[in-house]
Amino acid sequence: MELESKLAILADAAKYDASCASSGAVRGDSLKGKGVGSTGGAGICHSYAPDGRCISLLKVLLTNSCIYDCHYCINRRSSNVRRAAFTADEVVKLTLDFYKRNYIEGLFLSSGIIRNADYTMEQVIAVARTLREVHDFRGYIHLKTIPEASAELIETAARYADRISINLELPTQKSLDLLAPEKSLKRTRQAMGNIRHKLDEAHDRRKNGDKKLRHATGQSTQVIVGADASTDADFLARSDDLYSNFKMRRVYYSAFSPIPEPSKILPLKAPPLVREHRLYQADWLMRFYGFKTSEILTPETPNLDLELDPKLAWALRNRQDFPVDLQSASREILLRVPGLGVRNADRIIKIRRHTRVRLTDLVRLRVSISKVQPFVITADHNPSSLLLDSDKLRTKFLPKPVQLELFNH
Amino acid sequence: MDLAQTVSYHNNPNRWALLYRILWRITHGGERHLMAIATDADITNARIMEKSVRREIHKMHAFVRFRLIETDPQSGRERYAAWFEPDHYIVEPGSTFFKKRFANMDWSILTPKGCAHWNGKALMFTPGIAKNPIENPDHIETAWLTYYRSIFNPARLKIKMMQTEMPKRYWKNLPEAELIEELIESSKPRVNQMLEEELRPVKPRPKNAYLDRLEKMSEEEE
Repeated sequence: MELESKLAILADAAKYDASCASSGAVRGDSLKGKGVGSTGGAGICHSYAPDGRCISLLKVLLTNSCIYDCHYCINRRSSNVRRAAFTADEVVKLTLDFYKRNYIEGLFLSSGIIRNADYTMEQVIAVARTLREVHDFRGYIHLKTIPEASAELIETAARYADRISINLELPTQKSLDLLAPEKSLKRTRQAMGNIRHKLDEAHDRRKNGDKKLRHATGQSTQVIVGADASTDADFLARSDDLYSNFKMRRVYYSAFSPIPEPSKILPLKAPPLVREHRLYQADWLMRFYGFKTSEILTPETPNLDLELDPKLAWALRNRQDFPVDLQSASREILLRVPGLGVRNADRIIKIRRHTRVRLTDLVRLRVSISKVQPFVITADHNPSSLLLDSDKLRTKFLPKPVQLELFNH
Repeated sequence: MDLAQTVSYHNNPNRWALLYRILWRITHGGERHLMAIATDADITNARIMEKSVRREIHKMHAFVRFRLIETDPQSGRERYAAWFEPDHYIVEPGSTFFKKRFANMDWSILTPKGCAHWNGKALMFTPGIAKNPIENPDHIETAWLTYYRSIFNPARLKIKMMQTEMPKRYWKNLPEAELIEELIESSKPRVNQMLEEELRPVKPRPKNAYLDRLEKMSEEEE
């Protein structure tokens, strides 16, 4: 098969992996090397597709042949999708050709599972090894790993990549049993734990002087939202587990998307994009705003409010904590104010050392006054308690009716 | 001073007066802590300019696209060139990134607001040129278009997001931009097609020792 046909098939096969980050790698460049490549700092999006997603890496599968039968996946063995496979050299050449033209930050390589986990991993690793050792490539590499592969192979992958990841896909074993019969929550968590130890070890070795050590600096994962009955509480509890126990860098929440090869087990529906958005907002609250999952969702409401962002929803359930005086409130409390992000909270703290905070300051900081106004006290504003206690407060924040997107099913 | 350096690359002719006024206020006007007051009008304006320049430098790193001009038949050393059209005078501050990343190939970035050249030893700057002189076709560009087309998910249109991050003024120098309209128009029919597809039955498990082992492990876990 011609290279371009393979590229079309194997890029199409990789599109459901949401991870697109090219940041977080150890800093480095090619000035003292033989090849090309630099990393470090924030990632760069070299292009954007009409789905609004950043294109920063060459994201392909080494092959889309697969012996697993995960029902949400276009590459599962029961799918009739056209199959293809790259040779390692083809991927190396594509990566370098694109990289030198500044189309990409690097390579994101995954694969369908063929023969067994170790064999598949060896093929994937061969690409990264050639890039690093033959071509002295110093750009970004993200390798997908398989939980059932040997620990040695996973560690080898971590030596050649800047990030490695295992996709959990679903938050509970019950969901996996139904939709991804070959996957196991226990084995996946075990592999993530091993990876975390290796990441910590490499970090310590670098800190203790081994500056030349090249190793992945983090792991991430993905879950599919809306393929089954898993609630947002299920997802957030699992994310909390992964962030706390395995120092996960990111959990990606990927709305279940229609594929050209639907399964009898899993009928297609429109992707729940708003729900995905709310999960990301809730995830941010957990990681950067000091919220506990039990504050964001309760047993009575295991799913996030689709109409309001989770911080605002929390504030409306906890009106007794407001209004907050911007001149004196602690950082933890400022972070709880709807409409106030981490950066603006920190800016307010800096400003208030020298001057009294007024509404015009909030305007200059581009804070939404209509959102913040019932919840804060400034030098020139004190909200009426009638508004804060009113039943009508929630209605004020509801979005106006919007034209429905692509799907009206 | 970092702020001043960045603002100096902006294309607004008033930037010098603004910088001077801020400097005077801090040193002679008695407002020593002016830099910390993010909501002061002068500081806000300076920060807005700083943000524009920084954003433009970042977009330069993102959107400069090289074409292979020639490969030396003996040494194998490659030479690349790119055409770019920035709003601000950012070629100098933006070029260090390319020197570090593409240290072992020769390259030039040509823009109306200045040109940068790297030959493996030194980074040099020459005046801007009015028109794009590069005419060499590059067949890897075709592969890039194939990739761009294939990685797009038609079930998730977010055109506004794409346009915010990749403003239309850059499109004429991004080869994939010509595919955007066609991808948008075909997305609804493609998704409708998917939703009408017959559901595929589950195929039986193939003979595979590894799959057998997985099943055994899962049974033992229960």
